[in-house]
Amino acid sequence: MSRDDYEVVIGLEVHAELSTKTKIFCSCKTEFGGEPNTHCCPVCMAMPGALPVLNEKVLEYAVKAGLAMNCTISRDSKNDRKNYFYPDLPKSYQISQFDKPLCEHGYVEIVKPDGEKKKIGITRIHIEEDAGKLNHDDYGRGSLVDLNRAGVPLIEIVSEPDMRSVEEADIYLKKVKSILEYIEVSDCKMQEGSLRADVNISVRKKGQKEFGTRTEMKNMNSFKSISRALEYEIERQIDVIENGGIIEQETLRWDEVSGKTFSMRDKEDAHDYRYFPEPDLVPIRLSEEYIENIRKNLPELPETRKQRYLSEYKLTEKEANTLTASKYLSDFFEKGVKISNNPKAVCNWLLSDVARILNEKEFEPEDIPFTPEDLAELIGLIDKGTISSKIAKDVLEEMFESSKSPSKIIEEKGWIQISDESAIKEIVLKIISENPQSVSDFKNGKDRALGFLVGQAMKETKGKANPQMLNTMFKELM
Amino acid sequence: MDITELTVHELKEKLDKCEITSEEITKSYLKRIDEKESDINAFVTRLDEDAINKAKEIDSEKKANKKLGEYAGIPIGIKDNMCTKGIKTTCSSKMLENFISPYDGTVVNKLLNEENMINLGKLNMDEFAMGSSTENSYFKKTRNPWDIERVPGGSSGGSAAAVAANMVPWALGSDTGGSIRQPASLCGVVGLKPTYGLVSRYGLVAFASSLDQIGPITKDVRDSAILLSLIAGKDEKDTTSVDIPKKDYTLSLKNDVKGLKIGVPKEFFGDGINKEVKDVLYKAIEKYRELGAIVEETSLNIAEYALAAYYIIACAEASSNLGRFDGIRYGYRTKNYETLKDIFVNSRSEGFGAEVKRRIILGTYVLSSGYYDAYYKKAQQVRTLVKNEFAKNLKKYDILLTPTSPITAFKLGEKSENPLEMYLSDICTVSVNVAGLPRNFNSLRIR
Repeated sequence: MSRDDYEVVIGLEVHAELSTKTKIFCSCKTEFGGEPNTHCCPVCMAMPGALPVLNEKVLEYAVKAGLAMNCTISRDSKNDRKNYFYPDLPKSYQISQFDKPLCEHGYVEIVKPDGEKKKIGITRIHIEEDAGKLNHDDYGRGSLVDLNRAGVPLIEIVSEPDMRSVEEADIYLKKVKSILEYIEVSDCKMQEGSLRADVNISVRKKGQKEFGTRTEMKNMNSFKSISRALEYEIERQIDVIENGGIIEQETLRWDEVSGKTFSMRDKEDAHDYRYFPEPDLVPIRLSEEYIENIRKNLPELPETRKQRYLSEYKLTEKEANTLTASKYLSDFFEKGVKISNNPKAVCNWLLSDVARILNEKEFEPEDIPFTPEDLAELIGLIDKGTISSKIAKDVLEEMFESSKSPSKIIEEKGWIQISDESAIKEIVLKIISENPQSVSDFKNGKDRALGFLVGQAMKETKGKANPQMLNTMFKELM
Repeated sequence: MDITELTVHELKEKLDKCEITSEEITKSYLKRIDEKESDINAFVTRLDEDAINKAKEIDSEKKANKKLGEYAGIPIGIKDNMCTKGIKTTCSSKMLENFISPYDGTVVNKLLNEENMINLGKLNMDEFAMGSSTENSYFKKTRNPWDIERVPGGSSGGSAAAVAANMVPWALGSDTGGSIRQPASLCGVVGLKPTYGLVSRYGLVAFASSLDQIGPITKDVRDSAILLSLIAGKDEKDTTSVDIPKKDYTLSLKNDVKGLKIGVPKEFFGDGINKEVKDVLYKAIEKYRELGAIVEETSLNIAEYALAAYYIIACAEASSNLGRFDGIRYGYRTKNYETLKDIFVNSRSEGFGAEVKRRIILGTYVLSSGYYDAYYKKAQQVRTLVKNEFAKNLKKYDILLTPTSPITAFKLGEKSENPLEMYLSDICTVSVNVAGLPRNFNSLRIR
């Protein structure tokens, strides 16, 4: 049997740090970075006698996420303790939610590249606190605990095992990220760890009803490594089964360098977390009014925005999809349009040249170093004939390197398009006199000769001559 | 006149009339502590020098008419499980032998910083408040001032003994299953466990979060009402504290019980209760009747179940609450380790005493998957029944009268080899903690 005979089943548990100003159970800053153990107090350091107080913003953000992912919001919810020992977990329990999560029974709709839509079920979304961080000494002298992150609020978004390919998992995760960005509840900075995923994966023979035994990879924090790890794990599981083995239910560690997964712990020594209701916090009761108020004020979601792009800006389905996938990119687009009043051009620039450079540099849209105003200015300069679209591409490259405005770059580089009639005439006459053969070819009806001559003129002017004017001038003078 | 024999309201009167200074009061108590401490062993930490200095400071601030708390300059003793900034808070455990809290708990802050009282020291207790005799302290065994062969009760044994021996004018205790009332009873002083949520727990090192309350241990009922008025109130830092208007509980004190409806639950007068204890109660009942109270027998058929539920819930919460003592950030760390697991296991094995370990193991067991439903969940259901049973009775009666301890003070070592028997001695007190919530319900015991 081959890989094609197997079906892949994937479920994701996404952890997103909420972008509240203060921690979930105390008023310490949530800010990333900072000297170790400076954003701490008796509560998040788990000093004896300290007690948690739930940050109401956390509820609001989590309810927002739940509504944006079509969940039912529990009006009656509570916090629970998840008990385990680890040096980065100061209380030796994490305050989380066990059997009464805040949000349940939702879904996220994904669009596959062929345009097919699919709903991925959301089992639950619950609130919990992040743990601290261990800084391991490079020389093996031990580890130091930094509790700045301890108590930063998280939501855990648990999906149904609804994904059937690595691609679906990748699109789903991007969609979740996009939704969280749209509703502005998380920075979703994967490199800072504010968005991480636990990936559950199993394979089964096509047609088989029961799920296969799954393995789990924890704390994955880049799209690329999730895809690579999944690919690897699918191959590995199929290999094991094909060779007559059985898959062990276990937690795996993905090693980025070797590109392999390694066993961390198996089911036998699985934790018993001894969940029980957190007695230091009162139960969470939300009124219908509270929930409805959040629903009413929910910002525009990617899907709605996409529809608006189709009707308002007449973009294609694909363009609208790509732009709205990233809130940052699509906000960038709208600001650019507002100034330039040229949606098609802004869209083209963002989806072709800007996207290409981002890709080359392995940048996220957030890393674009210039403003929408700059891009609009660039488009304006082409429209006005100040630069050619060919030069504009060079200007764009330059805009990624320096933080200068397009007009400044053009000025400094001397890239202003030659549109002065007498200057064009002078160049054209020079090229005509240097290329008698092409001139006569043109006169004999060979249109291609004109292109060659214009090319020569562009070369002569290092691409700065206005191509339309060159065309007209050549025809006129020949 | 021996200053240390006065109640706090008497001391305050003299202070207000400038018949006495805070320095004089403080010195008298320090002298008394010097005389008695070797017999009683009430203190884990003494703060003689700080106390004198603060007393002098308050006296001079008073002279300068600086605005101070109403009970400024009155000394107090604090059970050693309440966090005091810059001063050791040990919970009478090796685990926290050298632990100095970086903050003041809410109640401590109210009394010491806002009210300007003088902290005479931190008082001995059963380790992490687990016990009924104060024999479980890592440091010393406190003795009953009435008979130093006998225990003072526990876990707030240091507080009760210190008040009974006039080493402090009043003290703070904490009560999870009787830890204020039982030692108060055994030492013949007044102890009160406030309604759950009436007093902030912020800064009280948690034993069982849903049961713990801080309360006063005093020489008379008026002082109890005064201290309760000072410590009660909603605290933003404790979401389980209840938002009710501030009250002066002394206003409820009237020298009259005429028409007071007293329920006497018959289950609390069964076989397990010592005859001596019963006789005293029957006498008290007669006295109340004489004074015009209506005393009736009633039924509170949940005491046994409450005791079982109590030990399950308290141990479960404790097993989790005490997880933070892991040898990583503060407290005792073993010297004997190679791996991370060694740090956890050895620090806790070496740092906790036998009773604490016993309860952590019990609590871990009842929360384990497969046992949770049979124990923890069932106990929570019992809790609801207990609450309802109390509510029913309190609709009919103003107060319920029960013994506090089934026996009088026992000898040191008499029960410490038999934990189960020790647990059973809590039978009269725990149901009130388990019921927890009825507002303004208190279990004031008058001896």
